[in-house]
Amino acid sequence: MIAALAFYLFAAILIASAVMVVTARNPVHSVLFLILAFFNAAALFLIAGAEFLAMILVIVYVGAVAVLFLFVVMMLDIDFARLREGFQRYAPIGAIIGGILFLELVLVVGSWGFSSQANELRLAPNPGADVTNAEAIGRILYTDYVYLFQASGLVLLVAMIGAIVLTHRQREGTKRQNIAAQVYRTGSVALEKVPSGAGIATLGIRRPPEPEPEAPKVTHDTGHGHGGHH
Amino acid sequence: MDGFLASPIGILAITVAQTLALLVPVLIAVAYLTLAERKVLAAMQLRRGPNVVGPFGLLQPFADALKMLMKETIVPSGANRFLFILAPILLFMLAMIAWAVIPVQDGWAIADINVGILYLFAVSSLGVYGVIIAGWASNSKYAFLGALRSAAQMVSYEVSIGFVIVTVLLCVGSLNLTDVVRAQERVWFFIPLFPMFIIFFISALAETNRAPFDLPEGESELVAGFFVEYSSMSFALFFLGEYANMILMSALTTILFLGGWHPPMHVEPFIWVPGFVWFALKIALLLFVFIWVRATFPRYRYDQLMRLGWKVFLPFSLVWLVLTAAVLKLAGWLPA
Repeated sequence: MIAALAFYLFAAILIASAVMVVTARNPVHSVLFLILAFFNAAALFLIAGAEFLAMILVIVYVGAVAVLFLFVVMMLDIDFARLREGFQRYAPIGAIIGGILFLELVLVVGSWGFSSQANELRLAPNPGADVTNAEAIGRILYTDYVYLFQASGLVLLVAMIGAIVLTHRQREGTKRQNIAAQVYRTGSVALEKVPSGAGIATLGIRRPPEPEPEAPKVTHDTGHGHGGHH
Repeated sequence: MDGFLASPIGILAITVAQTLALLVPVLIAVAYLTLAERKVLAAMQLRRGPNVVGPFGLLQPFADALKMLMKETIVPSGANRFLFILAPILLFMLAMIAWAVIPVQDGWAIADINVGILYLFAVSSLGVYGVIIAGWASNSKYAFLGALRSAAQMVSYEVSIGFVIVTVLLCVGSLNLTDVVRAQERVWFFIPLFPMFIIFFISALAETNRAPFDLPEGESELVAGFFVEYSSMSFALFFLGEYANMILMSALTTILFLGGWHPPMHVEPFIWVPGFVWFALKIALLLFVFIWVRATFPRYRYDQLMRLGWKVFLPFSLVWLVLTAAVLKLAGWLPA
């Protein structure tokens, strides 16, 4: 009873927030509703007994992907008046496309039915009582389908390298820091061991170092004139 | 009585009692961590620290809390009101709900779930939302810059934290936190996995936005970063959330590397002390290191922070993960 109630609660919130993703005016609100939708999907996974998938959904989609979405969407500078400008003109085309999609959906859903094994397969993610969720997924991914898994990994790697190659620009005049050289340099900056409790004056360490004698500088400075001398 | 305890209401009552028994000490620890930080920092800087309110300043946290409550809550005029209020609540709530799976002693976790470590990882990765939402909803340049920095920083360091966790899990063979601690009965994991312990601790500093990685709030350039516009109780929630997160990350480090509730040696004087005391002592030690680091190191520059995360920690933890897997496999030490 409680499980069924929880299922309907989470499912209702999931659908409502999915609708809000599309209808919300503010894109930041859209992303936040998307996150809410992810959460409810994770809760549905939990109810189905797939706790590993639920946690991975939260970690990957909410913890990483949606953060980047939000990151980008927050920096958009959107003029809402201009967004609504062409509504009248494009409404008929949008309505026609929407109508066609709706018709297709009706056709697809109309011919849809449960398979004869649906009842056994439904909500039974674990192959046995002694095998945990993570183990079951691991067996399928890394044992049964290991080559396909590796192949899809390679495809993703190629996509990642492609994205980096396409977007990376070598800009002129960029300064790079050589950390190793900086750490090992001596002379201008050096670490000194100071006994705690002693003042730096008693140890003879003074920072900044004593200024150079200023006598020869006077002839140079006459042209510039420092403020506040009057 | 047994019949009542087995009924749904009885289970609910037990869970509420357990939650209070865990969260009240955690909240008191948070309050005293603020005092401990000021005291330790003062000692390291040859000062006295708070010593006026109560003996040794022991009532200082309560004085601070009262002062915070008395202040006026100010919402900036251009702010998104709902999100502005939601952000600190979210941050504090996340720091609290993570404690549900922490095994304080053998069998003392409120929810001893199968995927406990993933739950903790998920909750800690959500903390960034509190920061981003606060920065955006404040409608202020400084807050927004702080939020952007924080988003980049927390996402970068999560990757290496993930690899460190996977390495530990390889040695345990289970995602359950109680199993992780039980696997360390003979040797704590910080001995065989010492480099990962260091990486995890440094990443925990970055994940909790603590010095030397406190760029999101860098007061010298961003005033106070993402919570510039907050005042009163909403500011206090950010403050408490940050300290609760520090305790949480210390607890996670203790569970993964310092043997959780296990005493250092299973011999006479050590085993008289109950497990949760060892757990608390280890957390206190790590918290001291958190404060010690803050007193010692200057703040990182932003590009250095990114370099450390992506170019040093990520490749290193990946190599160490492969190495650990290879050693476990070749030596036949893989857990069943």
